[in-house]
Parts: sequence; C-alpha cells; structure tokens
Amino acid sequence: MSQLSTALKPRRNVELALLVLALAVGIGANMMVGVDKEKAFDSDFWFQSSLLAVAALAFHGVLRFRAKYADPVMLPLVVALNGLGLAMIHRLDPPGADTGNNQLRWTLIAMAVAIAVIWFLKDHRILRRFTFISLAASALLLVLPLVPGISAGEILGARVWIRLGPMTFQPGEVAKITLAIFFAGYLSSNRDLILLAGRKIGPLQFPRFKDMGPMIAAWLVSIGVLIFQRDLGSSVLFFGLFIVMIYVATSRISWVVIGLALILGGGFVASRVFSHVEQRINGWINAFTPEVYENGSRQVIQGLFGMANGGLVGTGLGQGRPDLVPFANSDMIIASLGEELGLIGIFAIVLMYLLLVTRGFRAALGTRDAFGKLLACGLSFAVALQCFVVIGGVTRLIPLTGLTTPFLAAGGSSLLANWIIVGLLLLISHTARGPVDTTPLPPSKSADTTGIDTPTEAVKQA
Amino acid sequence: MSDLTITALRFGFLLLLWVLIFSIVSAMRRDLMVGRKAASGAPTAREVRKNPDLAEAPPQPVKQQARQLVVVEGPLKGTTLPLAASPVLLGRAQEATLVLEDDYASGRHARLFPQGSRWFIEDLGSTNGTYLADQQLTRALPVEPGVPVRIGKTVIELRP
Repeated sequence: MSQLSTALKPRRNVELALLVLALAVGIGANMMVGVDKEKAFDSDFWFQSSLLAVAALAFHGVLRFRAKYADPVMLPLVVALNGLGLAMIHRLDPPGADTGNNQLRWTLIAMAVAIAVIWFLKDHRILRRFTFISLAASALLLVLPLVPGISAGEILGARVWIRLGPMTFQPGEVAKITLAIFFAGYLSSNRDLILLAGRKIGPLQFPRFKDMGPMIAAWLVSIGVLIFQRDLGSSVLFFGLFIVMIYVATSRISWVVIGLALILGGGFVASRVFSHVEQRINGWINAFTPEVYENGSRQVIQGLFGMANGGLVGTGLGQGRPDLVPFANSDMIIASLGEELGLIGIFAIVLMYLLLVTRGFRAALGTRDAFGKLLACGLSFAVALQCFVVIGGVTRLIPLTGLTTPFLAAGGSSLLANWIIVGLLLLISHTARGPVDTTPLPPSKSADTTGIDTPTEAVKQA
Repeated sequence: MSDLTITALRFGFLLLLWVLIFSIVSAMRRDLMVGRKAASGAPTAREVRKNPDLAEAPPQPVKQQARQLVVVEGPLKGTTLPLAASPVLLGRAQEATLVLEDDYASGRHARLFPQGSRWFIEDLGSTNGTYLADQQLTRALPVEPGVPVRIGKTVIELRP
C-alpha cells in the first residue's frame, strides 16, 4: 500500500482553480442556453448562477476546514456535471414550467446534505458500526414505495416513488448507498471466512451458506422488491454492486463469471415472464420496426435522430430541438446534450464521469482500511454502472432501462444520493491522501457494536 | 445577437469543456507523480531517455521460496501442508486450512498470506497471541523460511 502514497499536500488551491473553471462551464452553459432569446441575462440567470457558485464555494470552504486532504478534482468534476445538467433542464423547460428551479433547489439541498455528511461523519470508518443497521435501512427503503399511504402509486409503470408532502422521492436511490455500506462492512469482517472456508466444486470454490447467508438475503431483498416495483434499471444496479463488491473483496474471478451467467439467465427469464422487460428488449432489438416505434422505441429512436442531427460539434446549446424526445430532461438528457454539444461535447461528459470514477477507485487504493477500500470501490462502481446503463441505453448499446444519469438528469432523489456518494468518497480520499491517522475511533455508544472484529471461537466458547 | 457571435460562443464553450478536462488531467498527473518518484530523487523517465546510464537496474525477480508449511512441534508434529497462492487460515475452527488440535489456539488464530514473493503472517485477534521467532505479532510480518512461528503449543515453519 505504501508504494501508492502520494506527497502529503492538501492541494486545496488546485481545487479552487479547477472549481472556478467548472463553474465557468456550468454558468457558461446556462448563459448559452438563453443567449439568443429575449430573456438572456435576466434576473433568473443571475439568481441561479450566483446560488450555484455560492454553494460550490461553500462546499470548497468546508473541505478546506474539515477534509483538508480530500481529492482536489472530485468536487470540480461534479460541479461541472451538475451545472451542465441544470443548464440543460432549464433550457428544456417549456414556458411556465419550473423544473429548472426545482432542480436547483434539489442541488442546494443535496450539497447541504453532502456537506453535513463531511462535517458530522468526519471518519468513514464509523459507518462500519452500522453494517446491519444499513441492511435493515436498505430493506425498509426498498419496501416503502409498496406501502399504501406513503406510496405515490404507479408512475410510468414503476412503483418506486413515495410521497413526501408536495414532493415525490425515490428511496431506492438512497438504498444503493446503504447497501454499499452493508456489503463493505460485512465483507470486510467476513472476507477470510468466505475465502477460506467452504468446499470446492470443480474449479470454483463455494463458500459455506452460513457465511454467505446475509449477503444472499440482501440480494434477495433488493431483487425481490424490485421485481414487485418493476424497476429493471435499479435491479441491474443492485445486482452489479453485489457482484463487484464480492469480487473486490475476494479477488475470485468465479464471482464475476457466476454473476454474468445469472444476469444473462435472469434477463432471459425476465424477458419471458414480465411483459415490461420483454417490451424493453423488443424495443431495443427491433427499434426501427414501425410497429415497435409506435409503442416503445420512439424515445430511443428520437434520441438517436437528435444525436445524429448534432453531429460532431453539435447544434449549439439552445439551438437544437431536444424537446422532441420524450423525457428529454431526465432519462434522455444524454441525448439532449449529445444533440446540442455534439460528439465532442458528449465525449467530454463521458470523460468527466470516467475521471470521477477513477478518482473514487484511487481513493480506494490509497485508504488503509478494508472497509473504506470496499466502500469506495462499491460507490464508485455504482456511479460507473449507472453511467454505463443510461448512456448505453440511450445510444442503443443495451436495452433502455430507467436509471438516472448521475448529476445531470432532472430528479431530486438521484441528485441527493449521488452528492452523498461524492461526500463519502471525499471523506475516504481525505484519509487516503492525508497523514496516517493512528488515533483510535471514538468509542461507540452501544456496547453490542464493539463485536465487529469477530472474537475467536475460544472466547465465544468461554 | 449575430450568428457569428453565437457560433463563436458555441465553439468557445466546447473548448472550455475540454480546457476543464485537460486541467483536471494535468492536476491528476502531478497528483499521481507519473514518471517521477517524489521523495527518492530518482531520475524521471525523460532524464533516463536522455542518459540511459541513469536508469536503475531492474530488481532481480525473487522466486517464491517457501513451498510447504511444516508443523515442527505440538500435537500435529510432522504434518506438512503444501503452500499454493492462496492464504492459509490457522486455528482450531473446522473451516481453518490447517485445523490445529491445540487447546491453546483460538478458533481463527492467524492467517498466512502470500504477497509478492513472500509469505506474511497476521494474528486474527487470537486469545494467546502468535509469536514469530519469540516476538509477539502486533501486525502482519513477513515469514522467512526456517523461522519458527508459535501458535499455542504448536510451532510451524515454512520450508522451501
């Protein structure tokens, strides 16, 4: 691990410089959107831009104060993506609609929550105490949308929303964080047992059921609820997270093989059993057939036409017609950006995601505790998989599923969850890049959580 | 606003996006110390290209020495275990790789694991501790062949 250590420099000034550039991208995009319209540089523009800038600089200030050694490029990347998303949503708002301002409100809430995570959590290792609480929390969050009274009912074919006063919220977005915490906590304590105990069948070694029980339960809960909620995208995300975290913990390629086989098998069964899955797959393979276009693939095809119209350099922000695509500001925001920024712009956006994910994995490499490594890997992978599923779906590489584009798409819950992920990654990178912290964790309040480091059999028997 | 200004702004914005990306990549490049060893003052890749004698000789690959684990003392005296590339769990628990029939060993007592060309031993929070050449382990340490490792009343050694 020590070969990977970097010089102990906070590099907060680098972050500030990059942040100014990122804000220039976000605010510049917002300016371009309305530049040829009457309302260019109106009070709305100044209000939105200054709020975004103040929030981003406040975040930077908190990092200076609380997580001095945190990764310097993560925050600028996320602010740039968030700013681009805000501008595009604002641009797509039909007269009278308020999605843009709503997204800005959620951005501010999400940044405040991420700041709170950094401010109050201080050390990600504390989360390890909540391993099984996170499992319970994930189960609760995933079941909530099915509970009558809280549930917002079926919206667009999926039951994943709950009602919170005037707003709707997708608890599954937060569940991916709590599940990652559970997987990281459980696997970091039981890694050796899963690796060493168990019988070998052929070339693959299977762990004992006892050791894998909680993991299988977590997986069944997430997959089961998602079948009832009819949300294909999230079940792919949870399953991918599950496989990757086991693979990272045990470094056994057999998990990836088993996982891919299960995804293909499960996908085949689901396409036969569930009509909505079958429709998605049909809309992917036969997208250009007129009948399929009329009921299903219209969205993808319009998005493809839009991107083709954009070409290499795009039509320019505010100059194209991305509004012709259904859900242009949420599911299809990549197609909207692809049309107006062109291939050159969309590659820049994909690269920003790539850089963000590599910084997450870099934090995982640098941090010294197994829990932090697993958590950082899981969270970065969740972001990466989401990007792959959404961008792959929009460009017709894989069937379109209902996942959100991190930081870009309109939707408060996704924004909130992804900002919390960034907050956690920043905290982990702070311990990874900072001086070695030898002080013990503050003692936990309840006694029963001290048994994280499983006692030996002798102690148990005594 | 004229078409020309709008076109200029359009390309200017794409340029700005890529300026951001290249700034971030260059910030990361310095962060990762690519081609430069920060503290040791070793020559950079570019310097080596100019003066080939500056390049250090590549380290000699060390062959993995220990091939088996031998119990030299204790109830299981004489037992040998071939070492592969996977870690070895030592303890009284049934799932251990080497199940020690030793009342003074814990269920999951210690773990031997390969890293690079060497084997390391790590105590898994055992009750009576693990001793490497009479030193109690407080962290993972490399085990050289022939050095005794004591777990309870059992002593094991790695042999080539």
